[in-house]
Amino acid sequence: MATVETRGVKKYYGDVVAVNGVDLVTKDGEFLVLLGPSGCGKTTLLRMIAGFETPSAGELVIAGEVVNDLPPRARKIAMVFQSYALYPHMTVFKNIAFPLKAQRVAKAAIPQKVEWAASLFGIGHLLHRKPRELSGGERQRVALARALVREPAVFLLDEPLSNLDAQLRASARDELQQFQRRIGTTTIYVTHDQVEAMGLGDRIAVMKAGTVRQIGTPQEIYHEPADTFVARFVGSPPMNLVQHQNYVLGFRPEQFLPKGSQNGIGSVITFPFRVTRVEYLGADRLLYGTLGGAFSDQKVIARLPSTVTVDIKSETAYDFSVEDKELKFFDTSTELRISTRPL
Amino acid sequence: MDSREQTAPAATDLARAQRRTVSIIDSERWLGPLLIGPAVLYIVLLVGLPFFMALYYSVSNTTTGGGTLGFVGLRNFTGVVGTPRFQTALKNTLIFALLSQTVILVLSNALALALQKDFHGKRLIRFLILLPWVAPISIGTIAWLWIFDSTYSVLNWTLRMAGLIQGQGFMWLGVPHLAMGSVIAVHVWRQLPLATVILLGGLSSIPQDIHDAAAVDGAGFWRHYFQITLPLILPISLVALLFGLIFTFTDMIIIYNLTRGGPYDSTQVLASLAFYTGIAGGDLAEGAAIALFLFPLLLAVAWGFLRIAHRTEVT
Repeated sequence: MATVETRGVKKYYGDVVAVNGVDLVTKDGEFLVLLGPSGCGKTTLLRMIAGFETPSAGELVIAGEVVNDLPPRARKIAMVFQSYALYPHMTVFKNIAFPLKAQRVAKAAIPQKVEWAASLFGIGHLLHRKPRELSGGERQRVALARALVREPAVFLLDEPLSNLDAQLRASARDELQQFQRRIGTTTIYVTHDQVEAMGLGDRIAVMKAGTVRQIGTPQEIYHEPADTFVARFVGSPPMNLVQHQNYVLGFRPEQFLPKGSQNGIGSVITFPFRVTRVEYLGADRLLYGTLGGAFSDQKVIARLPSTVTVDIKSETAYDFSVEDKELKFFDTSTELRISTRPL
Repeated sequence: MDSREQTAPAATDLARAQRRTVSIIDSERWLGPLLIGPAVLYIVLLVGLPFFMALYYSVSNTTTGGGTLGFVGLRNFTGVVGTPRFQTALKNTLIFALLSQTVILVLSNALALALQKDFHGKRLIRFLILLPWVAPISIGTIAWLWIFDSTYSVLNWTLRMAGLIQGQGFMWLGVPHLAMGSVIAVHVWRQLPLATVILLGGLSSIPQDIHDAAAVDGAGFWRHYFQITLPLILPISLVALLFGLIFTFTDMIIIYNLTRGGPYDSTQVLASLAFYTGIAGGDLAEGAAIALFLFPLLLAVAWGFLRIAHRTEVT
């Protein structure tokens, strides 16, 4: 059991700033997701925690100990790589046993531990195979078993699901979360996939350009985005942001419904909405179009669940509305969210 | 006349233009042979023909004087194998090849590992290490001849200045064991760059993730090297070793320039003995027999190595 803390961590490569002052504290046993677009510094941050990169400034603390100067092997961490990084010349058994041997675990205890780790992931029957004889999903389990076998204080996962096909990814996500809950090891998980982040994380740290823009539970990130970047990065389709007077108005596509379809009893705000294109996706319809009136042709998307059966045609104007409490406001210049409605 | 026919002239022009660009190089039947032809010709004329001529010479009684080309069976082989000169050369060949390749394998591994790291002046060091391979070998060995010179040896001078020896110093090329050591040293100097470059290629083909995983898994330097890095570059190391062995068994430039096989044949190898017997001595048939003596062995070694390399290859 351990926590990971980064204190003002920075990383420069020459003039390029990869990580620009990150302060994070994980809770004990937490599943923390680092989410951001490629190049935002999330992998660099993870590699610094692992010990592959040295921070240019700041402190890294694992389990209460400053680890800046410790090599990876002394940090009580285990890592799963995007490529899995299995040792290709070793059998699955030897792959899983390698960290144990490296840590000089008694020889007699090794087979038992390997079998325990393998059984956790249902790969007991693959122990004598080489990595190249395994499917993508099996390789991923071997990588997890190898990381788990020596019971690390912290798990670091670098996009471990991105090499799996979509169907496998969904079930692997589920397994990964169950497994993390069961062993309760603090986990830091890097991904650029917001669905993965929302589904897995106890908390999500959204990163952009080397800084953390917001850290919070999936609900907070989704419903209370700290700025326009988080608002647009999380959610698919992203939050509609329209310029209005001296602020930016935001609302989620699924809150933007034909007038009268709202379930709530709160007051609503109505917009004239000209639909230009209708996309039928089965469970919902996506309506692309522009706002009229005071919002002068700004593009927005509406997402109608299949329970809303109003007939919508393209190239037609409708009245759409958003519940008052679902409206978010952002400062035009700082892009930060304003908690109260500006006047 | 409908509208389709009106467009016909333009269409045929286009078709003709397209047809014109279709030439011999579009036909796989001709393009393949055309491209591989020069290489085949080169190998047949400069490698194949001399090889088969040598094969025949070794079972004939021909000399550099020409004339006779009579078939004598394996008499050249049976005749030469029993001679002390041949046996010495065979022994020297094996010592020369095995010792130099062992040293090269160890040094090239260390060098490749060092050169893989990033440090200041890496490009310069890489260039300097490659130099022996790109410099003409004869010029290189002539420089070594002076380094080993009995009177002007810079080696002896250095040892004397360091206070390690007194007086004359070593006759590097004049004493049997020292001479063998010297030619091995020069051979290592000569072949190290190629082996290093091959191993560097092998090292850089290992994904960084594998090294990172080993570091996280707790492997220290030696475990990392012997259990991860070395097994992964084993196939390419075997290829490097195979190249090295074949070059060593078939090359005589260094020995020719430094010792001419002496003193007392103590550095005479099969390649140089074949030259002195067949070309300098005029007995082309016996020279061919000496040169071909190791051919079956080399063939077996090459086949074995390539098989192992193929089997241990990892994806």
